[in-house]
Amino acid sequence: MSEAPTTRKPFFRRRKTCPFSGPDAIPIDYKDVKLLQKFTTERGKIIPSRITAVSQKKQRELAIAIKRARFIALMPYVFD
Amino acid sequence: MAFYETVFVARQDLSAAQVEALAANLTELITQGKGDVTKTEFCGLRTLAYSIKKNRKGHYVLFNIDAPSPAVKEMERQMRLNEDILRFLTLKIEKLDTEPSPLMQSKQSRDRRYEGFGDNDRYDRLDDEIVPGVGVEAEVEEEIEEEGDKE
Repeated sequence: MSEAPTTRKPFFRRRKTCPFSGPDAIPIDYKDVKLLQKFTTERGKIIPSRITAVSQKKQRELAIAIKRARFIALMPYVFD
Repeated sequence: MAFYETVFVARQDLSAAQVEALAANLTELITQGKGDVTKTEFCGLRTLAYSIKKNRKGHYVLFNIDAPSPAVKEMERQMRLNEDILRFLTLKIEKLDTEPSPLMQSKQSRDRRYEGFGDNDRYDRLDDEIVPGVGVEAEVEEEIEEEGDKE
């Protein structure tokens, strides 16, 4: 089928952009638990960048920030 | 001289005055080493994300330091010896931040574990992009599983 199937509603996923890049970028800070929590799951795992659309460079920074926050017990290593 | 940022966690059964005395001691060490503590923040008693040495809470203190490295090394050594200090983290930073840290801003909300994500704050626009919770968790697990199947 070359044409889009009419039975299924065409699905447009809005292209997400990296929240830490661009002019109104948010600074990554390990002390900012509220921000970091948005990039971890309920269990405390770091969410992959393919889901959050964080750029590669910023994802590395983010991972380091989350690990720092974990070390000083601002964030859990694992939520049980 | 270089800029540093130090966060340390003190034991929960210290009083606020004792924490301040402890911070004053450490500040003294820096000044002796010809350095300067440009900002000290007492973030109060916060619930730790996991217990450290049977402590469920801890006093968080943040220092902004402009000092030569030997002074910082000495301070760290003293922190290691001090049994009242559960944990510390020193980072070398590009420039000192004069604004109150996010730790300070969220001081009111003590128990953040059950805090909703729907709070009106500056990260609001993130919410429609990433919604942490069951959905994401399930999605992540699912994707990881799928990938496993392919292999």
